[in-house]
Amino acid sequence: MSEIKKEWPLWEVFIRSKQGLSHKHVGSLRAADAKMAIENARDVYTRRSEGISIWVVESVNVHASNPTEQGPMFEPSDDKVYRHPTFYEVPEGVGHM
Amino acid sequence: MFNFVAMQVENDVKQMEEQFQAKIDADIRIEPRDWMPEKYRKTLIRQMSQHAHSEVVGMLPEANWITRAPSLRRKVALLAKVQDEAGHGLYLYSACETLGADREETIDDLHSGKAKYSSIFNYPTITWADIGAIGWLVDGAAIVNQVALQKTSYGPYARAMVKICKEESFHQRQGYEIITVLANGTPAQKAMAQDALNRWWWPSLMMFGPTDADSPNTQQSMAWRIKRHTNDELRQMFIDATVKQAEVAGLTIPDKDLKWNEERGHYDFGEIDWEEFYNVIKGNGPCNKQRIEARRKAKEEGMWVREAAMAYAEKQKSKVKAA
Repeated sequence: MSEIKKEWPLWEVFIRSKQGLSHKHVGSLRAADAKMAIENARDVYTRRSEGISIWVVESVNVHASNPTEQGPMFEPSDDKVYRHPTFYEVPEGVGHM
Repeated sequence: MFNFVAMQVENDVKQMEEQFQAKIDADIRIEPRDWMPEKYRKTLIRQMSQHAHSEVVGMLPEANWITRAPSLRRKVALLAKVQDEAGHGLYLYSACETLGADREETIDDLHSGKAKYSSIFNYPTITWADIGAIGWLVDGAAIVNQVALQKTSYGPYARAMVKICKEESFHQRQGYEIITVLANGTPAQKAMAQDALNRWWWPSLMMFGPTDADSPNTQQSMAWRIKRHTNDELRQMFIDATVKQAEVAGLTIPDKDLKWNEERGHYDFGEIDWEEFYNVIKGNGPCNKQRIEARRKAKEEGMWVREAAMAYAEKQKSKVKAA
């Protein structure tokens, strides 16, 4: 038994469910390397034909926005209604625009 | 000055707790990096790891019958089911990790007896009909619990439950199919099915945990919406759904007090033997030692494989760097 604790690294798993859709995060798993992570992801997350393509990313390589700064980060776009088409008036009769 | 700072911190925590509860009350899901009370985190890690352990230990009584399944159809179904349980354990261990729980420590807590798992898996599977009864009753009870948990307040737990519920519905149907085929077979086969029902019925009811009066953590878990229904509510749902299924199979539920209560709109049922429940939880069930021993052995004997895989991965990495 080795003295050093060596847990396999954690990987985040992304699956493309069908051609034309983007990869979507489905969960995580532990694996020794990328090849094993993909094989394990196949066995764990696509047992019922849920996917046609898998991405794995080591979790330590995922950088995320800080949830406590959610307000300052995202609120500035809340009052910019002019970025949406419904902000603009078009005369009746012009039809769908 | 110091007192002032301490007071300020206390006020901040109180305010964050209020904001947290407001989110919960508005049914906004909590995600891993969101602020949460320490006790919420601990309660979730405890509940999710118990759930994960139950999935993993739950493979053992069923795996006992894989090599002796009576047909290829039954064997592939049982294999697929046991493989699903391994996957479910993994989703839940991963969900625990999102809260900072260490995977290895979590598993070691099971092996040392510090962490619990569902008491039902400490009963033996002595006949093939037990595999039917487990799918029908044990997975049936688990589904009632897990359907409710799809709306639990912690995002990763809720998402794991959605996936698990989708997969579990086949488990219950394959179990019920085994039971109904036996129940419509020879008198000996029917007796075997009835015997399995007799042995698994009461332990299945115990799966929902102690009565509400004896479940001190329920109130806080309900307030945090970790639990969406009480133990007694879930148990009643399971009983109400299962009585008809037993009737259709032509089997008798081993409870002489079981009868429809028009006024309540539910089935009344007899007294559960809670002494048995607590005794099994304490480690004195028929198979507790065997189950933990099997898990410990799997971990210890698989260690060289995990280490070799890691060594290989590191060697490959250094080769790439050198090239």
